[in-house]
Amino acid sequence: MPVLSLMILLPVVAALVVATLPGGEQERAGRARVVALATTLVEFAAGIWLWLNFDSASAAFQFAEQLDLFAPYFGWSLGIDGIALMLIMLSVFLMPLCVLASWEAVRKRVPEYMAAFLLMESLMIGTFAARDIFLFYLFFEGGLIPMFLIIGIWGGARRIYASYKFFLYTLLGSVLMLVAMLWMVGVAGSSDIGVLSRQDFPAEAQFWLFLAFFASFAVKMPMWPVHTWLPDAHVEAPTAGSVILAGVLLKLGGYGFVRFSLPMFPDASAQLIWLVFALSMVAVVYTSLVALVQHDMKKLIAYSSVAHMAFVTGGLFALNTQGIEGAMVMMLSHGLVSGALFLCVGVIYDRLHTREIGRYGGLADTMPKYALVLLFFTMASVGLPATSGFVAEFLVLLGLYQTSTWATFVLTTGIILGAGYMLWLYARVAYGKAAGADTGAMPDLSAREIAILAPIILATLWMGIYPKSFQQPMKPAIAAVVARLDGRELATVPTDMTLSPALPALAAPANAAESHH
Amino acid sequence: MITVLVFLPLLMAAIAGLGGRLIGHTAAKALTTGGLFVSAALAWTIFTGFWLNGAAGYTVPVLDWIESGGLVVNWALKVDTLTAVMLVVVTSVSALVHLYSWGYMAEDPSQSRFFAYLSLFTFAMLMLVTADNLVQMFFGWEGVGLASYLLIGFWYTKPSANAAAIKAFVVNRVGDFGFSLGIFATFLVFGTVSIDAILAAVPQHAGQTFSFLGGQVDVMTCLCLLLFVGACGKSAQLGLHTWLPDAMEGPTPVSALIHAATMVTAGVFMVCRLSPMFEASDTAQAVVCVLGACTALFAATVGMVQNDIKRVIAYSTCSQLGYMFFAAGAGAYGAAMFHLFTHAFFKALLFLGAGSVIHAMHHEQDMRFYGGLRRHIPITFWMMTIGTLALTGFFFTAGYYSKDAILEAAFASGTSHGMFAFAVGAVVAALTSFYSWRLVFLTFFGQPRWAGSEHISHAAHHGDHHGDHHGHHGHDDPTAGYHPHESPVSMLIPLFVLGVGALLAGFVWHEQFVGAEGGAAFWRGSLAFDAHLMHAMHEVPAWVVHTPAVAFFLGLGLAWHVFLNRPSIPKWWQREVPGLYQFLLRKWYFDELYNAIFVRPALWFGRQFWTRGDQQTIDRFGPNGAADVVVAGAATLRRFQSGYVYSYALVMLVGLAAAAAWMMR
Repeated sequence: MPVLSLMILLPVVAALVVATLPGGEQERAGRARVVALATTLVEFAAGIWLWLNFDSASAAFQFAEQLDLFAPYFGWSLGIDGIALMLIMLSVFLMPLCVLASWEAVRKRVPEYMAAFLLMESLMIGTFAARDIFLFYLFFEGGLIPMFLIIGIWGGARRIYASYKFFLYTLLGSVLMLVAMLWMVGVAGSSDIGVLSRQDFPAEAQFWLFLAFFASFAVKMPMWPVHTWLPDAHVEAPTAGSVILAGVLLKLGGYGFVRFSLPMFPDASAQLIWLVFALSMVAVVYTSLVALVQHDMKKLIAYSSVAHMAFVTGGLFALNTQGIEGAMVMMLSHGLVSGALFLCVGVIYDRLHTREIGRYGGLADTMPKYALVLLFFTMASVGLPATSGFVAEFLVLLGLYQTSTWATFVLTTGIILGAGYMLWLYARVAYGKAAGADTGAMPDLSAREIAILAPIILATLWMGIYPKSFQQPMKPAIAAVVARLDGRELATVPTDMTLSPALPALAAPANAAESHH
Repeated sequence: MITVLVFLPLLMAAIAGLGGRLIGHTAAKALTTGGLFVSAALAWTIFTGFWLNGAAGYTVPVLDWIESGGLVVNWALKVDTLTAVMLVVVTSVSALVHLYSWGYMAEDPSQSRFFAYLSLFTFAMLMLVTADNLVQMFFGWEGVGLASYLLIGFWYTKPSANAAAIKAFVVNRVGDFGFSLGIFATFLVFGTVSIDAILAAVPQHAGQTFSFLGGQVDVMTCLCLLLFVGACGKSAQLGLHTWLPDAMEGPTPVSALIHAATMVTAGVFMVCRLSPMFEASDTAQAVVCVLGACTALFAATVGMVQNDIKRVIAYSTCSQLGYMFFAAGAGAYGAAMFHLFTHAFFKALLFLGAGSVIHAMHHEQDMRFYGGLRRHIPITFWMMTIGTLALTGFFFTAGYYSKDAILEAAFASGTSHGMFAFAVGAVVAALTSFYSWRLVFLTFFGQPRWAGSEHISHAAHHGDHHGDHHGHHGHDDPTAGYHPHESPVSMLIPLFVLGVGALLAGFVWHEQFVGAEGGAAFWRGSLAFDAHLMHAMHEVPAWVVHTPAVAFFLGLGLAWHVFLNRPSIPKWWQREVPGLYQFLLRKWYFDELYNAIFVRPALWFGRQFWTRGDQQTIDRFGPNGAADVVVAGAATLRRFQSGYVYSYALVMLVGLAAAAAWMMR
């Protein structure tokens, strides 16, 4: 049974159904919500089925499907390894929650809204499941369109500017990536990702190919300095849009690095770690400090996302097992936690219709359940042990330390700054006294809102206390990537990145060292 | 047994915290307190096994945690003598504080939440002391930090409490920054995070060097100092101490449990747990020793002039932690643990006693508004006096044994940093005696001075049941008609128990903790126990032995003279040397300094990056610039369509690549 194809096609069919529903405005909206929820739940069930039937011992693409269309240059070729599986799980887990979060918040053109989300889900699954490089490109870029519409139609006041910025940035890099892909397929004679991952491109070519892909993935990540589209996009997007943006779209860049850049251009990756580390180091300090001075809740969380994503790039380019596994856990963890934080902002935005931090306060008194949930996700965001954020940060930094102590030193300052801006945000929102009578009068979480947030709490704890469940399927795939990278010559840069990535490279014992002096 | 001991408080915390509204305050309080007493009973059973029966250490695995490449981290509970000592301290003080809080927090509307936080804290602390690997220790480390944050900010409508809570968390994170790097570097060197495996492999790596931040450094020194940064954060050592006095914003039982007896001693525990590593680096030991001594001196000087009763005790705690560290730095880990153990009793006693005073004085904490309280709250007075005797090291009290052991060990270590620590420690002993007796004299002796207190006048006006049998009281009545009452029995029982501990803990256990023969048999390798040093301790010159006693009487006499005999002297000092007085009162200006060099620049840079960086540079030349080009281009160069966007992208990439190529030459 072509499960992956069905998972991609079902939301498309549902989107068509939703968009063409008969009836009056109200009836259509009600039906659209139900159909969208049912579809996303079926998708989630299918995701669980994939997970249960997945062979965690294998690095191969599983549930493979192959339909040659223009062999050898294009085919409907699907299949997932552990990395793709976990990212698909993240997508299908968040989708029903997004539909529920939009249940009452979205009132304008509901069927079209739900259709856009369903289309988005289909494209996300396709991106992760694609085994053909051009098929990947289609899904990867296609995902922009529904997001562009969601921001542009259902967004806030400056939605046109935000969607324009979002589109311009993300399109920018992808054109170069397409050129690079064409060249690669021409040389290798195949568009199969598995074949390309084993192809040894000349080191000179790898350098340019890496940069072409980097342009696209760095924007998607987003890395500093191409990050400025993200805060605007988040601020203007509706709550559920932000959740998908932070939860899934931001993972495309990291997925691209681990699926393409690392295995296909291993020499260039090893040579250009200084570029990635430098941008990651700047990003953590720069965006954390910017987050510290934000007055808008969504902007603050958006900037914190950029800092967290810098941990992902840092971990991936540590080029060792701990770093890459940590980066993958960071992607999953960030998808859950920052998605939940945007949901939390949405909860109070729905009540007070402002994102201005100063308009809140004292919620621990008036909305105790909400305050507890927000506290949980604040702590998860700052990486408190027993939440998923800790496992991710710890593994990334542990791996990175073996490649560069300087990069680790700078990135680790993120745990101080992160605690600063998140706790200050929490204190201003939940502690102190209510800023106004309307703030104090906000009702606590409804049953629907608890039903949205509780599953994410459980998943975050699960990933924090027993991350093995999530790491296990990814291990063989990551081991394959690490094997591709093993023994590549690292760039020598003005810091001390002279330690080889796999070995605890100890310098000579003291007596040998003394002879130098 | 150990599993029940550790997880029972977590279970009770979850029930009281999540179900507090459902089951009511009384049930929540009974469950958490009951759970803690069960844990305490188990802890004493385990401790007795190690103390009297020579039980062997063991590790109970609980669950797999993180595995990645060569890294294997499990949830596991490790029990040996060192852990057993900490189990007893943590659970006993915690159980008593739970009980005490029944009275102290009786009128608080969020009692269940308070008790849930206390139990949650206890759980995290137990995970810390039973950790068999560095990562789980870090879990406990951050867990107690969370609980501390929640409890300091418990009265969250107060802005000062919120600020203190954030400060505590963030300053501790600075320590955790060092701790984290220490763990990463340890893993790089040892290939494991298991404490047993690391300590076993220490000799192989002693004297090696490795690359750190571009320089070649000694492996063990670097590891120890990084880990020690973490210890400094949690144990409020000089430089990272600023959060501890502010933490007094939390309810007083919290101060007794977290900021006196348990959490702040985690750093000392860590150094002792990893003592074989510190033994392998003379530099690291010297740093620990000197920094501990400096902290002891700094905090004692500041403690002499503070007016808030809790802040005096907080600085005292900071100072005593300094003692523990310089003992550890001198190689006397047993003495450090001994002082940790006895300090837990008498400092918790002092804090809970102070809480009793504050309770009686309607939350007035300024000692300038106390005076003559011994007649009103005699039981509290006597208990506080016992605590003070123990703290100042009066003969045969708990502090007498542990402080003497530390000073003698520092002297006997024979190192220059040991001698420095001894000299500083002796001076600090006198200062300790001075500020401790100052607290007692200002609070319990002299004439009542609380007429000017806002808290008291508030209470007296709103509850005239206190003054009804006095009839009229004039403006010159220093009591304003208010008569403090002794605390309820639930608050007094913990005071009695701790009082017994403060008197007897040293006498009973000094042979085990610091005895030259008994010590090695007691610790059984759970810390680096140096029997030679303990022997040398008993052979120091007589003047060294008598130094603490001299310091005690010197401080006591001076305090008596200044605060009871001639009360005009403090005023004279404030008037004549205002610079020194202000310097001490403002805590050596650390807060002002940190504000100027960290907090304000961070916000300034944040604003600059945001406006100048993101908006005026990246956006201006990036998307907005591209938009302008496109708009302008569309008018004049219509036939190129949107080609500009692409060429813009190409130019940017070529530029980037050229820059990259140039840098890689």
